[in-house]
Amino acid sequence: MQKKTIFWGVLAVVALAFPLVIRSPYYQHLVIISLMWVIIGSSWNLLAGYTGQVSFGHAIFFGVGAYTAGLFPIHLGLSAWWGMLTGGIVSMLVALFVGWVCFRLRGPYFALATLAGGEIVRLIATNWESLTEGMVGILIIQTFKSKLPYYYIVLVLAVACILVIERIMKSKWGYYFVSIREDQDAAESMGINTTLYKNISLLVSAFFTGMAGAFYMNYMAFIDPEVVFSLHFISIMAILVGIVGGVATIWGPAVGAFIMVGLQETFRSSFFGLAPKWISQAHALAFGLLVIFVIMYLPNGIVGDWATIKRLVFRTRRTAG
Amino acid sequence: MDVFIQTIVSGILIGGIYSMIGIGMTLIMGVMGIINLAHGQLMMVAMYITFVMAHFFHVDPYLSLLVAMPALFLLGAFIQKTLLNPLIKVESILPENQVLMTVGIGMVLTEIARFIFSSDYKTVKTSYSSSAIFIGKISFNVPMCIAFGFALFFTALLFWFLLKTDLGRSIRATAQDSEAATLMGINSSRITVITFGIGSALVAAAGVLLMPIFYLFPDIGGAFTLKAFVITILGGLGSTVGAIVGGIVLGVAESLGATYIGMGYKEMVGFVIFVLVLIFLPGGLKRLTKI
Repeated sequence: MQKKTIFWGVLAVVALAFPLVIRSPYYQHLVIISLMWVIIGSSWNLLAGYTGQVSFGHAIFFGVGAYTAGLFPIHLGLSAWWGMLTGGIVSMLVALFVGWVCFRLRGPYFALATLAGGEIVRLIATNWESLTEGMVGILIIQTFKSKLPYYYIVLVLAVACILVIERIMKSKWGYYFVSIREDQDAAESMGINTTLYKNISLLVSAFFTGMAGAFYMNYMAFIDPEVVFSLHFISIMAILVGIVGGVATIWGPAVGAFIMVGLQETFRSSFFGLAPKWISQAHALAFGLLVIFVIMYLPNGIVGDWATIKRLVFRTRRTAG
Repeated sequence: MDVFIQTIVSGILIGGIYSMIGIGMTLIMGVMGIINLAHGQLMMVAMYITFVMAHFFHVDPYLSLLVAMPALFLLGAFIQKTLLNPLIKVESILPENQVLMTVGIGMVLTEIARFIFSSDYKTVKTSYSSSAIFIGKISFNVPMCIAFGFALFFTALLFWFLLKTDLGRSIRATAQDSEAATLMGINSSRITVITFGIGSALVAAAGVLLMPIFYLFPDIGGAFTLKAFVITILGGLGSTVGAIVGGIVLGVAESLGATYIGMGYKEMVGFVIFVLVLIFLPGGLKRLTKI
């Protein structure tokens, strides 16, 4: 058997068996959240890493997905699981409008326009109390007590998201996306409808992020605008997951998601109770320092610069031995 | 009618401060072609300097301009020299890595402030904080008038600097075409360092002037970064005159929004203007004035 097949086989078995072996709800929760970030990070990467449109507003799609799910029990008396069917679609509708406005701009201005978009949506969700309950938030009752069903749902979503993105990147669309990133004017002159393909990239990205949002609503059972539309904890976190793992790599965001959630939790729990309490306040500081470090020394992320890392580690080992 | 005039007056007064924030951003934007997403956070640092000066050394907030502006000039120059300039040489897929870097810097500054001062709201109270002059039925808040005066002064100073001095001309040359400027013997990486310093010093002045009328907490920077770039987009990227007009327009619009729509939507007014400008007037006010 090939080495690759064995690797994927082992990974699949580990992924499927994980919640059956590790029974601690705490670790199961961490992995569920990490997998959710795999989805958001990968979708961000499709738009930013592959298509070159760096979005600072993925909280728009995450929050819209979450609120779509949350509004079913509030206004229609239906289960929030309906959101899993509709959250992605509604996010796509919102993305159509976002794309219409923001794709008039390029580069950093696009980034800033999406950032403003995220803040606008957050303020609407905060102030439109008759629809969203405002700052009170939406509280529902979790369907399952055990974390197992949630784990498998989010695992399926994450795998589907990565497979879809991999398929897209191997298709003609993928080449169009990369050509837009490399040189938009050249792509346009080669006859690629850049606006159309940027929008396609955005729609796919918004769909999966919206699904992640709808999942978040069902899993956490509580949302408010400050959480799901947060600039720092959603939009910027999505960027961090992408750049730490590696932009424009299929597996980069997946690796980044586990690192970032792990790092956040390590700090939040003060290195699992080993370090003094004040460390727990430093997690955002650590994020900031990590961003600076990664941009300076690993501009293509951990997966993108894996060869460099391996070489450095190898060299230090050899000198040590 | 009185309410309306009052709203316009306070909008213009706060707009003067906004202009200063916007000018700093637009200068950096013009010379380096990047948007500095740590701009509001730099202002927050200046505000904490003012707070420390007033609280521990009992220095009048306006005197701490003399400390905060040089300090922020150095901080800005340091950031540009050690963190942003080296990035030009780093090969990366995303061209926006300098912008992402400023996000990281902003986070670090915010968290350091939270570490030292905790998340509590701080204020600097002065004897004149809530005094006002009345002309007819319209009140002019004294600290806001002082701030407006300072804003005019610094803007005039900046214009003199940009138009009349050698260094100012070099900055404008670099903004127009950095390669041509380099060929003319301008050390453009030194110019970027100085420009970032000046931009930071201007936003520091805005922070100091806001301190007597505003409150302070570590996360305040984010909101002002957003305002700064709304102003820059509104005024036209890289346009100093545009930033002044943009700042006043934003101040008046926010003030009108707070009075006639509701306090909750005050923040949103700026963003709505922002989106409208993008749709109907891409390029901002610069397109109308050509300056």
